[in-house]
Amino acid sequence: MKNKKPDKFRSLKVGILVLVTLVVYAYGFQVTKVNLAETKSENRREQLFRILRALARPNILEYEKEEFVVRVPIMIPCPEAGFTPAPIADTTQPYMVVTPSCSDPRTRVQVQGFNFEPLTRGPLNLVPFDSGVNLQLENIEIDRFGNFQAEVLLPNRPSEDAHEIVAITRRNIGSPHLTRTAYDTWDKIIETVFLALLATTLGVIIAIPLSFFAARNLMKDVTSSLLGMSLSILLIPVGLFVGLQVAGWSYQVSQALTNNMVMAVSGTVVSPVLVWFGLRWALPPQEIKPPEASTRIFRIAVMIVAAFIFIILLYLLSFLMLTWGNALDDALGSFGFLGRFIRDLGDILNTVVKVLVALAVAGLFNSIASRWGEALSRRKDSLSKAGHVILAIAAGAALLIILMAIINWFYLFKDIDLYYRYAGGIGAILGLVASLRYRSTDAVPSGMILYYVSRTIFNALRSVEALVMAIVFVVWVGIGPFAGSLALALHTIASLAKLYSEQVESIMAGPLEAVQATGANRLQTIVYAVVPQIVPPYISYTMYRWDINVRMSTIIGFVGGGGIGFLLQQNINLLNYRDASAQMIAIAIVVSIMDYVSSVLRERYV
Amino acid sequence: MLKIQKLTKIYDGGVQALTDVSFEVPRGQFLAVIGLSGSGKSTLLRCINRLIEPTAGKIYWNEMDVTDASDEELRHIRRKIGMVFQHFNLVHRSSVLTNVLAGRLGYVNPAWSLVNRFPKSDVENAYKQLERVGIADKSQHRADELSGGQQQRVGIARAMMQNPEMILADEPVASLDPVLAHSIMQYLEKINKEDGMTVLCSLHFLDLVHRYADRVVALNQGMLMFDGSPKDIDDAKFKEIYGREAERVG
Repeated sequence: MKNKKPDKFRSLKVGILVLVTLVVYAYGFQVTKVNLAETKSENRREQLFRILRALARPNILEYEKEEFVVRVPIMIPCPEAGFTPAPIADTTQPYMVVTPSCSDPRTRVQVQGFNFEPLTRGPLNLVPFDSGVNLQLENIEIDRFGNFQAEVLLPNRPSEDAHEIVAITRRNIGSPHLTRTAYDTWDKIIETVFLALLATTLGVIIAIPLSFFAARNLMKDVTSSLLGMSLSILLIPVGLFVGLQVAGWSYQVSQALTNNMVMAVSGTVVSPVLVWFGLRWALPPQEIKPPEASTRIFRIAVMIVAAFIFIILLYLLSFLMLTWGNALDDALGSFGFLGRFIRDLGDILNTVVKVLVALAVAGLFNSIASRWGEALSRRKDSLSKAGHVILAIAAGAALLIILMAIINWFYLFKDIDLYYRYAGGIGAILGLVASLRYRSTDAVPSGMILYYVSRTIFNALRSVEALVMAIVFVVWVGIGPFAGSLALALHTIASLAKLYSEQVESIMAGPLEAVQATGANRLQTIVYAVVPQIVPPYISYTMYRWDINVRMSTIIGFVGGGGIGFLLQQNINLLNYRDASAQMIAIAIVVSIMDYVSSVLRERYV
Repeated sequence: MLKIQKLTKIYDGGVQALTDVSFEVPRGQFLAVIGLSGSGKSTLLRCINRLIEPTAGKIYWNEMDVTDASDEELRHIRRKIGMVFQHFNLVHRSSVLTNVLAGRLGYVNPAWSLVNRFPKSDVENAYKQLERVGIADKSQHRADELSGGQQQRVGIARAMMQNPEMILADEPVASLDPVLAHSIMQYLEKINKEDGMTVLCSLHFLDLVHRYADRVVALNQGMLMFDGSPKDIDDAKFKEIYGREAERVG
């Protein structure tokens, strides 16, 4: 009894809630222009049924047709002498009888047909005398005994001479064969599947490493001193620059080698061996005691040389692929696409090497920076304190100037120098604030910063519809499936990185802890404790994404991104619903096959 | 060899898991850590190899300051301390052999281990360790195909791969039946007695403590309540450790 009052209040609240809900939905009806009258309109319904029926009969198979034409004379109106048609010569052949055999315009006569091919159909036309025009009177259907009967309205075509009523029935002959639409659909669905495959592959390759940055459980333990972070921020751009330079030098060296084919081939064969032995020597499988400084330096030198040779090797490889790919393209004839594939791979390798080298050197500089940063901050003397403040200021300024450079790339400011000065100043102040906020020995959650930054980028990228991306890429690389696959790849990266990272977040923490406890470093922990756990979900998400990409590529085609969507949109616009239906069925079949394949794969690998 | 001074851990939510815990462990001792669930046993063990970052206090391992170690130093400390877990913490989808080899990750060159290349001597040693715990024939099986007792043996083999000077065992038998529990405990006892390995083992059952431990430390709500021989736990001490309501069984 104590809570009687609150109860009353509660029912009032429920009442208000119901009222609010009603208003919300009423407004929703208003905004979405719900119009029930339209749905009941006879005219609209007929159109709807026409479309649905067309969709139900996809234009996939057709028969060769044979036409039967049967004629019978008729007089409009009756001549004064009356009209008696010639008697039927052969009543075993198809024939028609009109009763009465003459009549006034706009009156009805009965047409009967006998001995037709059973269960066929076709038009019943009136061909006015000497005109060759077909005026359709009726559609006739022959019953299973080969007869039909129809009452037709004669048109207003009075004439002295006899017109003809002509029945044209069509019969399917031979076995059914695929229509032109079916072949076009087949071509385009193949294009779609491969478009989706390329987009998914590219997306997955980039999304997998990125997904680790967006996994909270991996990143929350990553901390560094502000010193290390500042050094990293300062050194990573330097690393990128140095990496590009190194790639450039290696490219020049490889160019010198490629002037001579023998040199190029022998270089490609010899350098992997050199790299292998260099690495085998420089990276001993395990060491209980740390080596001496001189050995260390020598080893680092060997590794740098090995890396240099390796980059040159990649460039040589890309050169060989380009040359041989072209040669194969000419030599292979109809299998020339294999040659072109090798050539394109060589081209891709050429581009990718530059990016990878830049990233690798940046990563190297980053690890050196964090090492130095940690060493410096652990000294806890005045040098480390001064470095703490100065480097934070420098890093803050550098970061904002780089950001400003990116913004400037979009907006092309007039007095950019001034903006740079502002950005640098603000960055320096932020750096100073950060250096006051943290002591030089404090751990800054650098992993979580990376986590939030990557999450934000993924979310922003994901919220851009693939359709919009496709429009951008169509502008860049032209109309066609290539633009579509690039657009889908970008969208795939964003969404898979998020999905993957959530899988990383849901792994069991126990094995992670156990592997860490053995003294494994972060990368080893990921390879030994995280990767085995995420293989099954990664496979299923990848398949799922491929399936999404197939479906998305139907939309991509609408803006010129290639694939089956182009065909589908055309047919919908031209009101060829039977053709559109064939394409929709093709999509449905591909999607269900992929669903089946992915479930089989998952069963095998989970 | 292990010295813990005024160790305190306060979790982010403000939970005080450990309060001023201090004790020392000499080389070769079998030390049991007892206490109720949530008394801080796991936290204590995990602070020793810094799987959990202590809030305050010092831990010295062979005169080295664990709490102040750099990443590289910590890697060297951790690889000398094997760890065994209540839930075994094997990587289910990896083979038994890979799980055992993971024990060498602190020693091998990271670059080679990332492509799953281990020195031949390590692979041989892994087979030897598996043989020692009696499941050599399971080396190629997936870890989750093994029974609980077998999985814990793999866990021990993994810890032994580290060639450790000390084993931290976090309730190693709490998920096993009594027979298996004894066989696992006997195995820990064997490496303690034969190899002179220091063992820090948190346990639930007092009979296991009496049977296997040289010495006991007891925790209650993060505070050290008892430090001495298992024989010295009388009824009064028992109530102090486990609370007034507790009944002594076994």
